[in-house]
Amino acid sequence: METIVKSNQQQVFAPWTDPQNKPLLRFENVTKKFGDFTAVDNLTLDIYEREFFALLGPSGCGKTTMMRMLAGFELPTTGRILLGDNDLKDTPPHKRPVNMMFQSYALFPHMSVEQNIAFGLKQDKRPKQEIKERVEEMLSLVQLEAFAKRKPHQLSGGQKQRVALARSLAKKPKLLLLDEPLGALDKKLREQTQFELMNIQEKLGMTFVIVTHDQEEAMTVASRIAVMDHGRIKQVATPAEIYEYPNSRYVADFLGDVNIVEGRVGVTTGETASLNWAEGQSHLAVSTKERPQSGDTAWIAVRPEKVRISKEMPEEADNCLQGEVWDIGYTGNISTYHVKLANGQMIKAQVANRQHLANRPITWEDSVYVYWEKGAGVLLQS
Amino acid sequence: MLRFNWLNATTLTLGFVFLYLPILLLIIYSFNESRLVTVWAGFSTKWYGSVFQNEDFINAAWVTVRVGVISATIATVLGTMAALMLSRAGPFLGRTLFSGMIYAPMVMPEVITGLSLLLLFVSMDFTRGFWTVTIAHITFSMCYAAVVVSARLVSFEKSYEEAAQDLGCTKFSAFMQVTLPIIAPSVAAGWLLAFTLSLDDLVIASFASGPGATTLPMKIYSQVRIGVSPEINALSTILVAVVSIGVITASLAMKRAEVKRKREEQLAFAG
Repeated sequence: METIVKSNQQQVFAPWTDPQNKPLLRFENVTKKFGDFTAVDNLTLDIYEREFFALLGPSGCGKTTMMRMLAGFELPTTGRILLGDNDLKDTPPHKRPVNMMFQSYALFPHMSVEQNIAFGLKQDKRPKQEIKERVEEMLSLVQLEAFAKRKPHQLSGGQKQRVALARSLAKKPKLLLLDEPLGALDKKLREQTQFELMNIQEKLGMTFVIVTHDQEEAMTVASRIAVMDHGRIKQVATPAEIYEYPNSRYVADFLGDVNIVEGRVGVTTGETASLNWAEGQSHLAVSTKERPQSGDTAWIAVRPEKVRISKEMPEEADNCLQGEVWDIGYTGNISTYHVKLANGQMIKAQVANRQHLANRPITWEDSVYVYWEKGAGVLLQS
Repeated sequence: MLRFNWLNATTLTLGFVFLYLPILLLIIYSFNESRLVTVWAGFSTKWYGSVFQNEDFINAAWVTVRVGVISATIATVLGTMAALMLSRAGPFLGRTLFSGMIYAPMVMPEVITGLSLLLLFVSMDFTRGFWTVTIAHITFSMCYAAVVVSARLVSFEKSYEEAAQDLGCTKFSAFMQVTLPIIAPSVAAGWLLAFTLSLDDLVIASFASGPGATTLPMKIYSQVRIGVSPEINALSTILVAVVSIGVITASLAMKRAEVKRKREEQLAFAG
C-alpha cells in the first residue's frame, strides 16, 4: 500500500492548475429545488479528465442530488451541466455516457453475476463474443472469476460491492459515479477496498466522481475534494490543502479534529498576524498570506497533532498556553490530552504513544503547557 | 416443548370441527351408495362416474375455466398497471381519491356490482353470454390484483429500475427486464387470487351471464334448488380436491425455494 502512495506523489497530477485545460465536466450555476427546499444552490464546479473527485458533506448537503443530476435522474431547476461541450439537459439517463454505482448496489437479484455485468452491454446490442470477453475482463479486474454463475444473494457484502463496480465499469463510461460505494462494508474491508478503487481508477484512466460523508475515505481516494454544506460548495482543493489550509471553520471542523480559538485580529507584520483571544493573555501568532483587518473577529484553527504538550515551560515557542489536563483520550496508537485553559477554553493536544502506558509522565490534573509554531495554525475569517 | 393441555386440545378440536365438519360431511356423502343424500347406504364411487358423464357439468366447468383464465389475466395486467401508477406517480391532485376508487369495488356489495353491470350491458345492447361474464369478472377482480401487486411494490427498491436505465434501458424496457421479473411472484399471486375469485363467483355471474354461458357455481346452485343430489356432492369434492392440491403444492414449492435461498445465503456469508 505504501508504494501506491509514493507513486502518487512522484507523478504530479493537477490539471486544474492549468487554465488552458478544458474540464470534462462542468456545473454552471446549477440550482436544484424540490418544492421550497433548495438542494443545490447556484453551484459552479469543474471536474477534469482522469480525476478522482470526491463530493464530501453531511447528509442533506446536496451531494447525492448532484450525482443524480449527473446520472440524469434529476434535472437542474436552473443552470447547465456540460459534459465536454454537450449540455446534458436533453439526454435521458439511458443515453448518457455516464454510469453509476448505487449505494445499495442494486444488483438485479434474478440475474447471475455474469448477467448483471453483461446487462449494460446487451442493451447496446454488442456482439455476443465482445460481451463475453468484456465480462471476463471485468470479472478478472475485480477478481471474481470463480463467482460468475452465482446469484447476488449468494455473495458476501464485499463481493456484491465488486460486482456492482464491475457492472458500472463494463460499458467504459466517460464518467463513473460512485454513491457512497463503501458505506455498507466494515472498516477493515472498506480501507482495503479504497486502495483497490484507486488502483482500478489509475489502471483504467477513467474519471471517477465519488459521493461520501466519510472524510477519511475522501482523503484517501480523491485527487480533489469538494466540501459541501446546504447545497453550496465551501471549498474545493486537494486533500492535503483542505486539511492543512481550510478556508472556513466549517471545513476545518468537518475534516478531522481541530482546535478553534476565537479572537480579534491585532497587528499584522509581514506574514504574521496576531490574535487577541482573551483578557490578560499573550497574543497568538499565526502565519497568513492575507491582510486581515485589525479589530475583525477571526479564528485560529490548529490541528491537535500539531500542538505539543509538556510539564516544563518550552524554551522557545510562538504560542504557549498554560492549563490543566482535564481528560485523556487513549486510542492505543495516540493519546489526546484535553487541556483546560484558565478561561475555560479546551485545547486538544495529540501525542503518539511511543512508550508503554506506564512510562507516560503526564496525567490527569497536571499543570501543563501546550504550544505550537505560528506556521502550524491557520487564520480563518469565516 | 408445549405439554399436553386439555384446554388447548379442546379449543383446537372445536375450532377444526367448526371449520371442517361441513366439508367433511360433503366428502363422506359423496361416496354414498344411496340416491338419498342423508341416508347412508354403503360405500360407492358411482357418483363420480356419473359426474364425468354429465355433459352439463363438463360444459359448465369448461366455461368457468375459460372465464377464469381470461379474466384473471386481463385483471392482473390492469391491476399491475394501476399498482405501478400508485407507487410511482408520487403525490398528485386527487391521488387519495384515485387510490380509494381502485380499492372501493372490494367493499362494494356484489349484488350492486352485478346489477350495475347488468344495466350497463343492457343499455349498451350487449348480448349477454361468455364475454359479459368475463368482463364482469375483470371488473371486480382487478382491484384484488392491484392490492396484491402494490403491496409488493411498496418494498420494491427504485434503484433497481434506475440502475437498469443507467445501463441503457428505456423506462419501459427497464420495467420488462428488471421490475417485472423481480415482482413476478406477486403478479402470479395476484393472478391466482383473481382466478379463484372468478372460479367461485355466483352472484355477479348470475347477473352478467346469459344463455349458453353457465359457470360451475351457477350450475351447482341451480341443481341444488331442485334438490341436493349425490352427484353435486361428488362434483364439490372434486373441486375441494383440486383447490387443496393447488394450494398445498404452491406453498410447498415456496417453502422449498425459501429454504434453498436461506442455505445459499448462509454459505455466502460463511465463505
